[in-house]
Amino acid sequence: MKNKNLRQHKIRKVIVLGSGALKIGEAGEFDYSGSQALKALREEGIKTVLINPNIATIQTSEGMADRIYFLPVTPFFVEKVIAREKPDGILLSFGGQTALNCGVELFNSGTFKKYGVKVLGTPVETIINTEDRALFVHELNKIDAKTPKSEAVNNVEDALKAAAMIGYPVMVRVAYALGGRGSGVARTKDQLFEMATKAFTYIKQILIEECLAGWKEVEYEVVRDCHDNCITVCNMENFDPLGIHTGESIVVAPSQTLTDSEYHKLREISIRVIRHLGIIGECNIQFALDPTSEDYRIIEVNARLSRSSALASKATGYPLAFVAAKLSLGHSIMELKNSITKITSTCFEPALDYIVVKIPRWDLEKFTKVSKQIGSEMKSVGEVMAIGRNFEETFQKAIRMLGQGMNGVVANNGRIRFDDVEHELKNPTDKRAFAVIQAIKQGISVDRIYELSRIDKWFIYKMQNIVEMEKKLKSNPKTRELLLEAKKIGFSDRQLSLIYNTSENHILDLRKKYNIHPFVKQIDTLAAEYPAKTNYLYLTYNAAEDDIDYSKANKNAVVVLGGGAYRIGSSVEFDWCCVNSVFALRKLGYGTIMINYNPETVSTDYDICDKLYFDELSFETVNEIYLKEQPYGMILSTGGQIPNNIAMKCHESGLNVLGTSPLSIDNAEDRHKFSKLLDELGIDQPEWKELTTVEEAKRFADKAGYPVLIRPSYVLSGAAMSVAFNHEDLAQFLKKATDVSSEHPVVISKFITNAKEIEIDAVADNGKIIIYAISEHIENAGVHSGDATMVFPPQLTYIETIRRIKKIAKDVASRLKITGPFNMQFIAKENHIKVIELNLRASRSFPFVSKVSKINFIDLATKAIMGKKPRGTFNTLDLDWVGVKAPQFSFSRLRGADPVLSVEMASTGEVATIGTTLNEAFLKSILSVGMELPKKDVLVSLGGDENKHKLLPTIKSLSSAGFNIFATKHTSEFLTSKNIPNKMVYKAHNSQKQDNIITLMQKKKLDFVINIPDDFDRSVTEDNYLIRRNAVDYSIPLLTNIQITKVFVDALLETKMDDLEIRAWNDYK
Amino acid sequence: MDRKAKLVLEDGTEFEGFSFGHENSISGEVVFNTGMVGYPQSFTDPSYRGQILVLTYPLIGNYGVPGAEKDDYALLSHFESDRIQISGLIIDDYCEKPSHWGCKKTLSEWLKENRVPALRGMDTRALTKKLRHNGVMLGKIIFEKDIPFEDQNKRNLVAEVTIKEPLEYNEGAKSKIILVDTGAKNNIVRELVKRNLYVKRVPFEYDFSEECYDGIFISNGPGNPKTCKVTIENIKKALSQDKPVFGICLGNQILALAAGANTYKLKFGHRSQNQPCVLEGTRRCFITSQNHGFAVDAKSLPNDWEEWFVNANDGTNEGIRHRKKPFMSVQFHPEATPGPVDTNFLFDKFAELVKK
Repeated sequence: MKNKNLRQHKIRKVIVLGSGALKIGEAGEFDYSGSQALKALREEGIKTVLINPNIATIQTSEGMADRIYFLPVTPFFVEKVIAREKPDGILLSFGGQTALNCGVELFNSGTFKKYGVKVLGTPVETIINTEDRALFVHELNKIDAKTPKSEAVNNVEDALKAAAMIGYPVMVRVAYALGGRGSGVARTKDQLFEMATKAFTYIKQILIEECLAGWKEVEYEVVRDCHDNCITVCNMENFDPLGIHTGESIVVAPSQTLTDSEYHKLREISIRVIRHLGIIGECNIQFALDPTSEDYRIIEVNARLSRSSALASKATGYPLAFVAAKLSLGHSIMELKNSITKITSTCFEPALDYIVVKIPRWDLEKFTKVSKQIGSEMKSVGEVMAIGRNFEETFQKAIRMLGQGMNGVVANNGRIRFDDVEHELKNPTDKRAFAVIQAIKQGISVDRIYELSRIDKWFIYKMQNIVEMEKKLKSNPKTRELLLEAKKIGFSDRQLSLIYNTSENHILDLRKKYNIHPFVKQIDTLAAEYPAKTNYLYLTYNAAEDDIDYSKANKNAVVVLGGGAYRIGSSVEFDWCCVNSVFALRKLGYGTIMINYNPETVSTDYDICDKLYFDELSFETVNEIYLKEQPYGMILSTGGQIPNNIAMKCHESGLNVLGTSPLSIDNAEDRHKFSKLLDELGIDQPEWKELTTVEEAKRFADKAGYPVLIRPSYVLSGAAMSVAFNHEDLAQFLKKATDVSSEHPVVISKFITNAKEIEIDAVADNGKIIIYAISEHIENAGVHSGDATMVFPPQLTYIETIRRIKKIAKDVASRLKITGPFNMQFIAKENHIKVIELNLRASRSFPFVSKVSKINFIDLATKAIMGKKPRGTFNTLDLDWVGVKAPQFSFSRLRGADPVLSVEMASTGEVATIGTTLNEAFLKSILSVGMELPKKDVLVSLGGDENKHKLLPTIKSLSSAGFNIFATKHTSEFLTSKNIPNKMVYKAHNSQKQDNIITLMQKKKLDFVINIPDDFDRSVTEDNYLIRRNAVDYSIPLLTNIQITKVFVDALLETKMDDLEIRAWNDYK
Repeated sequence: MDRKAKLVLEDGTEFEGFSFGHENSISGEVVFNTGMVGYPQSFTDPSYRGQILVLTYPLIGNYGVPGAEKDDYALLSHFESDRIQISGLIIDDYCEKPSHWGCKKTLSEWLKENRVPALRGMDTRALTKKLRHNGVMLGKIIFEKDIPFEDQNKRNLVAEVTIKEPLEYNEGAKSKIILVDTGAKNNIVRELVKRNLYVKRVPFEYDFSEECYDGIFISNGPGNPKTCKVTIENIKKALSQDKPVFGICLGNQILALAAGANTYKLKFGHRSQNQPCVLEGTRRCFITSQNHGFAVDAKSLPNDWEEWFVNANDGTNEGIRHRKKPFMSVQFHPEATPGPVDTNFLFDKFAELVKK
């Protein structure tokens, strides 16, 4: 009971470790949990120090922690911060696997002991017991808790032996696996050989386990304090059977198909386990439950806050992270009050009177060559959560929330269709739910669907209800009774309009006539047993009254629309914008109403705003909320593209959209209108044309010359944006673009190469710019701005260019009468500047420029939007420091994906660091996204003559600095001709017997890869792809961009690790 | 489309829903339960005798109803008594097609067999808020034919649920206890025999003073404890001895009344699986399953008695014990079914005392 006396120990200062950039397996949920932990600590009067290079998070905002370090969460940097800050304690469980792994390493190296830092909460020994599978099984055996039959093995040979003993198929598990990386089912000896070989390249131990594929998967979130009080806050059931990672599964809370006996049996085991392991705070336990008996296995225990715990917090209203932080300080659960009722105890288990459905969001279409199958590895990049009072309603809401063009279970215009639906059911992909629906429609029996998919029949029956309702609607007139019945099981106006072949407006009019509107219900943790003091709300048609009194208009309140599901191109940065907008509104004295549905966010924390509607961001839902609330107006410009997309519709329907007029937004979003506008203003832009036919497009491309860029309007992050180098490309990409956005025109433009890309983020008030920030990209134009490495303030851009950019921004702001945030992107060649994009909303880089400049752009924007005339002069150009924002890629998670950059965004997150020189800031940031510096052996493979010549000085410096250069055939010949010593290595297909690139990588003979593809020559793609892909698979650092390679090598050769300054954000002033 | 029917409360409020149970008008006290699992157990819990039960969890019937298998002691394995005890059921979303390996029939079939009316499609949250605000009320489920409100608490509910003749379980075990059946749940019997006790289950007014026994266990049960006058007198006599006495729920109230304390009716009671109960004088808090409308007034406890457990939410009494003698009882349900099993250790404690 060593935590018992913690409060007597007097903890004054605590370090909290963040999780770094958003990546697959570790996303926004840790901004939420870290923010909660910081809040809990500060409430106790404890000084907080946060280490997290993720600059776009809310936790790294002013006032969240006393001191904030934008540094990598690695033992090297954390130790340096400890040495400098001299904290009393450290929290390891709020920053995901990244923080946990870092903490375990520091514990093992004796660093905590050396500096007298106490690990608060769950002891590190416990963490190690849960992370090392063999220890884990050993511990659970002691308390008769069943785990899958398994063998821990340390080499490939033992792996094969163990599998032979257990019997195929076997589950291969990797210890310390973040999001289950490298784990999977091996059905044959050959498969196992391949998987084991790969795994042992980056891990010392793997586990061969009995395969429980097809069992139900059930999770419990368990809390324990140092007085041994234990509660289970939430249980959740996966729609998908075991074998599909819980992060990839559709999940419902609470469990639906478990009896009292099963529910409480697993609950009791959960508590037995948490007690035995000695966890203090929170943990997550995953069970496999036999669908034909009460037999079970414990699959995993996560002794930290997790994706599931964030989901459980939002699903129940129980602030798990906050409570866990308090418990780690030695409080008992009993002492804390329920933060929703404010009078009842926190020592209780929430009773839900609604159902929650989570669906992951995948972006696999953005990657070439990636496998779409889902399994024991995580591939999804975000998730949505829907709340309702039956499964059908909630599930349909959740499908729409994904924002991938689906209207619900049915009425999707045949967007998704499988040729072999049984194959899809047996081999699930991100689209499997739609395979179930197609199967139902085709008349395949529920038993057969279950047999193939192992999705519990309960879910299949529910989907069947929706399919049947569609049939009923089609064959019956639109009576009030029928429409209401349809609304109760989640049909949207859009679905109904498609079924009845009419407009959405017509359905809305009908609903008004029949008085069919949703009701608003509160989430109160106790199923109405006690009154809730907070307004955590959702909409449902399965009700007879509102929980909230709407008799008076809420004229002082402003609605802020959130950013929806995290996806490639839109994630935590928009949450930061929304939350800061809410903070600004509060300071200005307005009531605040938030609408959002992403469980990983801080904006969906019910104490951030006065009212939180955890619901859809569709026009239909926003309109219903607006009609009830009668607010002053709405802010749409901080949530990214999703709110922007309904701006016109809101405006037309008479909703008060605050800030820049939706008419102006339309002028910027519609490529056609925007290009015309630029022409009128005399602003240069790449030659462009609106497309109607392929023939026309080909004529344009021939005239302008390849390459050309194809893009649809109204999209973010370059969905379906492509560069075509020839006619074949063009035809193919055009099809893709029209698939993504058939409602808006497609634009084709000249793609300019060898140009610099520059962005401006600004805030204007009634057409006049109040503040702006100019950032430059290190990569040349052609790399999506979300994947580019950004430097702010610009270090290498001509003053002349900056002046011209300012002028253009000024003209555009004035012409469109911008009020609020906006972002423009330019390409510059010498001093010739062309505009490529305008967004009349906050952009991805707003938190970055705000934090580096130390001026909150969103605060100013909100003031401008509310007509509060912000004043002041702001210096954002002449700073004594520089910020570098670097992208985080998750290629290692996406088996098969080609890790190369293009106009379509591929990064899943970002970091930004600050330094006094570009080199310093750059190195810190690239280390923050997990790059390891080369030690000795560097492989260089440069496509095309131009790339070879351009990188010659860089390779020369590397060689002179003592690195061994390995090179592919042509590159080697070139280097040799320039007298740079190098060793030629064979490409994969050239050599069977001798070592080739791939075998060298397998043998860890290479510790760094530079592979620059030649965009203009596609014939070598396959070889280059193999080099890049294997580098990712064998965890060898890889660079594929020429400008980044130059900056990286410069920084590497000039700066030593120990020179990187350990300086808090607070101290840059 | 199912037949429409309505729930009418004594204040005149009406809620309309669709029938999925037996179609017959009934009246009873309307109470709500916030548990999310365990409807087969809840509905057969004799403590619900005569009540119209509102479930706040909206999706009901998901895993159907299990079969009538009996255990070694001829007790139904999956139910708490031999019949459905509630007189009516109110829910939101009924699951017509259940999915579970143990499912033998649908909830609707089971309710119809037991002639229990049930309505779905109700705003159970609105209804619950009303009950929370106004306190429990009488109500009636009406199919066309109206009927008067009937307060089942005026009946002797315990007399309706107690056994008629004594029953013996695990005969021959070393220690013998008297289980006073004021509406005992099957799982109380199971927990006792599991600890190798010889259980003699007796009707609620049965005079056991002449029997030879090692301990007394007073079960749960429905209604106002003060109606169990004879039982209270019997327990009073038992308290003059030193043999262990343990009570659950109604048993807690009867023990308190026998000890000279008072009981009262709660505004809307505790019916849930998430009630936090603090072990007095410690920082230990247990999550408990509950089902009661009456409570012990802790202030009225005589000096030689003390509070054992207290509700962490509203401070009401959750258990009492004698300061010196082995007499104790809890307001919650350590036998669970449905609900958490965290306080199951209390049966160990009782068995230990009995065997001493």
